[in-house]
Amino acid sequence: MTTAIPNSYRSGPDDRGHFGIFGGRFVAETLMPLILDLEKAYAEAKVDPAFHAEMTGYLKHYVGRPSPLYYAERLTEHLGGAKIYFKREELNHTGSHKVNNVLGQIMVARRMGKKRIIAETGAGQHGVATATLCARFGLDCVVYMGAVDVERQQPNVIRMEMLGAKVVPVQSGAKTLKDAMNEALRDWVTNVHDTFYCIGTVAGPHPYPMMVRDFQSVIGSETRTQMQEAEGRLPDSLIACIGGGSNAMGLFHPFLDDPTVEIYGVEAAGHGLTQLHAASIAGGRPGVLHGNRTYLLMDEDGQIEEAHSISAGLDYPGIGPEHSWLHDVGRVNYLSATDEEALAAFQLLSRLEGIIPALEPAHAIAKVMELAPKKPRDHLMVVNMSGRGDKDVPQVGDILRGRARAQ
Amino acid sequence: MEARFAQLKQEGRSAFVTFVMAGDPDPETSLAIVKALPQAGADIIEIGMPFTDPMADGPSIQAAGLRALKAGMTLKKTLQLVRSFRDSDAATPIVLMGYYNPIYIYGVDRFLEDAKSAGVDGLIIVDLPPEEDTELCIPALKAGLNFIRLATPTTDDKRLPAVLANTSGFVYYVSITGITGAAAADSSAVGAAVARIKRHTALPVCVGFGIRTPETARAIAANSDGAVVGTALVDALRASLDPEGRATPKTVSAVADLAAALAQGVRGAQQAAE
Ligand SMILES: Cc1ncc(COP(=O)(O)O)c(C=O)c1O
Repeated sequence: MTTAIPNSYRSGPDDRGHFGIFGGRFVAETLMPLILDLEKAYAEAKVDPAFHAEMTGYLKHYVGRPSPLYYAERLTEHLGGAKIYFKREELNHTGSHKVNNVLGQIMVARRMGKKRIIAETGAGQHGVATATLCARFGLDCVVYMGAVDVERQQPNVIRMEMLGAKVVPVQSGAKTLKDAMNEALRDWVTNVHDTFYCIGTVAGPHPYPMMVRDFQSVIGSETRTQMQEAEGRLPDSLIACIGGGSNAMGLFHPFLDDPTVEIYGVEAAGHGLTQLHAASIAGGRPGVLHGNRTYLLMDEDGQIEEAHSISAGLDYPGIGPEHSWLHDVGRVNYLSATDEEALAAFQLLSRLEGIIPALEPAHAIAKVMELAPKKPRDHLMVVNMSGRGDKDVPQVGDILRGRARAQ
Repeated sequence: MEARFAQLKQEGRSAFVTFVMAGDPDPETSLAIVKALPQAGADIIEIGMPFTDPMADGPSIQAAGLRALKAGMTLKKTLQLVRSFRDSDAATPIVLMGYYNPIYIYGVDRFLEDAKSAGVDGLIIVDLPPEEDTELCIPALKAGLNFIRLATPTTDDKRLPAVLANTSGFVYYVSITGITGAAAADSSAVGAAVARIKRHTALPVCVGFGIRTPETARAIAANSDGAVVGTALVDALRASLDPEGRATPKTVSAVADLAAALAQGVRGAQQAAE
């Protein structure tokens, strides 16, 4: 049971949106009035039982929650250590955890009377979730996506278009998630009067990091209950991949004040931490971008550097501000996995468990492969299976076929 | 800055404020351009500090920043550019405009000290709203630099006092909700907005975003204390470059000639109003 301890890790942010030195609201004046409106609208929704009742209904009947907590017996036997459970977010409608957050934000947008929704997307999962709920509620939807990601995540681009969304390929910068976010912010500055910006992760100006965390916390809350049912106690460790960090924050947050629970976040180490990567905590410093202060990849002049990951959903040079704080206070351990490790985990999981994971959670599985064998057999480990691999099948297929031919 | 606005008031005209990106297309040409601007009629010069992720700027200014970064521009070199300009011009106010991260990484205190000693008069930092005044605005005011804030059409009467509270030098009214380089607002709407802001402050109000021609400059200047032109100058610069994006013999004059025409527009506003 969580008892309210005085120095709770769960009490942030403060009323100006800060987690320690991180977070805040670093945006153009044009956006500030709207962000203050949003903060107010969300604060009202949060205490409105009707809002929660509506959310709960859609989560159950539309998203398909609760998602199962599955004992991965074959992976457990193969690794020979901790007892590994998967939190099956990939079974949600639209195929990832992103839908939990989008549902929440669309409910808030509806309360605010907004008719036009914009979003940025990397892997396309957030874009698909946003396009889906816009279709469901009859809202206009525009999704910004880096041109490189449009190429490597074709299945999701097609899905978004089928759902009636307009996908705008972004040609600036490295043509990936960071640039998509810049472009979405530019759209928002331009169309602020009727547009709601649905951010896909626990980043951006306050209240987004808090609001997205709250919506994703359903993952950890269900995990608590389900683990009690399955094993009669709390898990011993939690592990999730981190791009911006929303699936991880959703799993972690309800457990932050449980001192016996070890928590691991896995960043994308790309080609390796001394080369091209997307590990903001391992290879970055605190800076200010996209409305918040957080760990960022940048050069000595404060110019933002391009991230690299095989996984479009992790290819971002920043991380949510609450993660930066949890790192600085030492509550969460941040690790990283390379492209190669993720590919190996992707294949192992497909073969052993009949679950083709997205490349994003494959990064978490890669670290499970390292950590689990070192734990005793009664150690309960939960991995957030944040998304399914359908979107990555063409890309991984190309890589594996290319290698087979080269041999 | 105050002296400049007092002088303009005496002359009975509005300010012509120019924006160019530091280091665009290269540090030397950029210095030559900045030096040419006062002669062309610029009353105040805004100098952009290049940043990789200028989230409130349109394609022209984004590209200008990337050209500058590619040519090796840094925040330190931007301050050097101001210092070099000051060797020959002590009077024209210089305002640095940009985003917070490079300053944060440089170190706020060190930056303010270096900016002051280089001869910078004011700062406009796009992503620091009044809610984050403790970051840079308050320290800048303490260091004797103006902190010029943007007010926008979304800044309503309730919010204006907060926006104006720590503003100094002048108020920069962004005439549209949008990014730099977007279409201009009509001058009557601008006039009404300027009048609204002036009910809350004694500071001069300059208007920018979307001013491209001497005619628009004239119309905006007639209804405000100054007209700011950025994208049009940056576009003139870009049009003068060779296919590899390098400066040509025409680059400095391309910017200066357009600035001179716009300055005529601004000056014409006064005659028209008389
Ligand atoms: C399946 C999946 N997992 C994880 C992520 C990374 O996002 P976050 O770190 O916010 O959970 C993404 C992003 O696209 C994703 O699609």
